[in-house]
Amino acid sequence: MANPTLEPGVAKGQPAPSQSKPSLLQAFQGIFSKGEDPDESRTVGRRRKFVMAAVLGTLSLNLLMFLRFFFPRALYEPKTKFRIGYPSDFGFGVDTKFQNQYRIWVVRNTEAIFVISSICTHLGCTPDWKASENKFKCPCHGSGYDPEGINFEGPAPRPMDRAHVELDPEGQIVVDLSHVYRWPKGEPSQFNDPGAIIRL
Amino acid sequence: MAETNGHNDARPASTNGAGTGPGGAGNGSGGNGGGKLATVLADAKKVKARATEELTETIKAPEKTDLWKSVLRVKHDETPRSRALGVLSNVFLHLHPAKINRDAVAYNYTWGMGGMTFYVYITLVFTGTLLMFYYHPSKVVAFRDILYLESDVPFGKLLRNMHRWGAHLMVIMVELHMFRVFLTGSYKKPREFNWVIGVLLLVLTLLLSFTGYLLPDDQLGFWAVTVGTNMARATPLLGHDGPFGPQLGMTPFNDVRFGLLGGSIVDSNALLRAYIWHCVAIPIIASIFMIVHFWRVRKDGGISGPSQVMLEHEIKEQKKP
Repeated sequence: MANPTLEPGVAKGQPAPSQSKPSLLQAFQGIFSKGEDPDESRTVGRRRKFVMAAVLGTLSLNLLMFLRFFFPRALYEPKTKFRIGYPSDFGFGVDTKFQNQYRIWVVRNTEAIFVISSICTHLGCTPDWKASENKFKCPCHGSGYDPEGINFEGPAPRPMDRAHVELDPEGQIVVDLSHVYRWPKGEPSQFNDPGAIIRL
Repeated sequence: MAETNGHNDARPASTNGAGTGPGGAGNGSGGNGGGKLATVLADAKKVKARATEELTETIKAPEKTDLWKSVLRVKHDETPRSRALGVLSNVFLHLHPAKINRDAVAYNYTWGMGGMTFYVYITLVFTGTLLMFYYHPSKVVAFRDILYLESDVPFGKLLRNMHRWGAHLMVIMVELHMFRVFLTGSYKKPREFNWVIGVLLLVLTLLLSFTGYLLPDDQLGFWAVTVGTNMARATPLLGHDGPFGPQLGMTPFNDVRFGLLGGSIVDSNALLRAYIWHCVAIPIIASIFMIVHFWRVRKDGGISGPSQVMLEHEIKEQKKP
């Protein structure tokens, strides 16, 4: 714990003002200065403080290492970027065929195609597509969304996020779930941003 | 006591006899050379006779030997002092008070909830340890192990259900215990510290319950933990959806939820982490806090309760000397 950057300051430093309880810096000054303090008990007190600082410093460093340990560097999670086929593969309305594999819905309306991430914006469950009621309904807490993923009932705070979509040179749709477009309440919609939607 | 020692315990007695042997021999050599051998032989005979006698006594009444008394419990004199010592010198009983206020332990006062919670905890540790023999904390296998436990393992269904219902019961009992302590004002001075320990134990109980929820790896547990950990997204400063979180550079890949799950989604890392927290870390922490909790009950003067009252008909007339 002996911080060498403190030493030059110590060499130039003025004599410490007398205090009943010396600060850590003064303790270091006492340790690294050549002159021996005539008062034995103060020397002992400073040494105790130094040992205490060393112990606490080591322990807190260990705590930080312990905490860092819980954040892995490599993840073995499903791919977030994948191809789902040609725009002509999808008919009008909501297509749920990729729900199990990629957790997305592909939605096509009269003018465009876009991809909704199937994650309820309330607490992250997967809503069900209810074709007969023409809406998405979350089984966990009852949030409801219209076929374009816009919330209209239940506790959901905002429409469901949409994934980044683009056409690759082959003409297939490439979905990137690591890049989503949101429409938080009271803020401008990102749903018309380039990349959020493929105009046909 | 010293006499009993010499007569009943074979081992110290024989050492004692061996000690006298050379002493006797020394005496003999002081007299004349010819009587030396005779003295040694006579001593050896004496030792042998004594050893035989002690051995017969030990076989006849082994419960009177010191060795027996040191290992097994024996009946002491019926005095308050020896009764108190019997409790204090036993590690399993020493938490019990030597004396207790009769009204404080009445079931309609305590509901017995603290003790019963501890009993349920012991049951959970036992059944949980047995379940660990058949459970692998990894995706795909985990749910299969639960089905295996439920259908094929001998008494597996019983153990799993004891663990499951015991867990529900423990949460209910901890809350009822807290409710009783609140109603009787037992959180007041000097018991504030123990109330705080109790609140920590409540939190640990809920955490045990929550981490155990994911372990069957079924739909119920999976979505419950998805919902539960998604709340951690909104943690102030430490969550990527919480106040000041994004400004501090929190993303789904470095915030508190990521640290809890070991990933950005509830997956195999999350299952393994829940398993270790549930089976190792939290039980150890909870046990330590329980030790402090129980110790502190005694140090704060036992179970709280009405002041010690003696009813009129219980007062005995003082004997006149």
